[in-house]
Amino acid sequence: MMVEGLIGRKLGMTRIFNEAGEVVPVTVLEVGPCTVVQVKSVETDGYNAVQLGFMPKKLTKLNKPMRGHFLRAGLDHGFYILREFRVEDPSQFKPGQVLTLESLGVEKGIKVDVTGKSKGRGFTGAIKRWGFSRQPMSHGAKQVHRKPGSSGASTFPGRVIKGKKMPGHYGNETVTVKNLLVAEVIPEKNLLLVKGAVPGWPTGWVMVYFK
Amino acid sequence: MFPLIQEVEKRYLRKDLPDFRPGDTVRVHYRIQEGDEKERVQVFEGVVIRKRGGGTGATFTVRKISFGIGVERTFPLHSPRIEKIEVVKRGKVRRARLYYLRGRYGKAARIKERL
Repeated sequence: MMVEGLIGRKLGMTRIFNEAGEVVPVTVLEVGPCTVVQVKSVETDGYNAVQLGFMPKKLTKLNKPMRGHFLRAGLDHGFYILREFRVEDPSQFKPGQVLTLESLGVEKGIKVDVTGKSKGRGFTGAIKRWGFSRQPMSHGAKQVHRKPGSSGASTFPGRVIKGKKMPGHYGNETVTVKNLLVAEVIPEKNLLLVKGAVPGWPTGWVMVYFK
Repeated sequence: MFPLIQEVEKRYLRKDLPDFRPGDTVRVHYRIQEGDEKERVQVFEGVVIRKRGGGTGATFTVRKISFGIGVERTFPLHSPRIEKIEVVKRGKVRRARLYYLRGRYGKAARIKERL
């Protein structure tokens, strides 16, 4: 692959049948077309990468600095999302170049890593957040059913150890799922069907990394 | 749900299957894998007691009495493993889920024919 990955959007899940007639649970991702907005090379930036844009956005909806950034790339519109991807050889790219699943030759059967932002769950108890066990609902248990239980020992060490799993904010963090099988590619609609679940909600941004 | 997902599902839907409803008696020809390479078609005949779901996830359940034991089997409606479905008899029933058949056998489990 000439570029490490592409930007996409999660559409949701469904199930399909494979050649053997088995049911495969898949997540439908809309991946690309991504436009090269900026090319970074070792000489100018210290590393080789391309900045890609996904989902066109009107220039009038952008602020002035962003507008300038897109105009410099020779585009007549901006993008809702910009992300950088490492490349081996930056000379293959120029601003305005469009990359799609088809042009990169993504085929079914390969493995991909998918990065997304997980659904925000707010302030969450230890049971949901860390998989703690619930306490008894009866047999004398009183108002402790979903509490985290003991947080440490007694006089020694006399404190709660750092990093103790406790209730708190859960979700809305960047999560990467590795080695997802590409179950199907529909190039004419820019759709990528990967086996299994992907972090985030429908319409959420995802970064798909090819191996 | 995104319309694009429905479009994806459309590619996997089968349009060659006959129309049938709960209460109908059907014969399902289902390809099963025996061992590694062997494949054969198994026929399962009985009353459709449930159809559920939409898109590629739709399934239907067939119930029959086999050697005095009630057997139910659920098939994915759009599975490519279904060779064909024959509708043997159309039944007239007044509900969508015929779970009441589970408590009955013989004469009590009859279903009126729909003409």
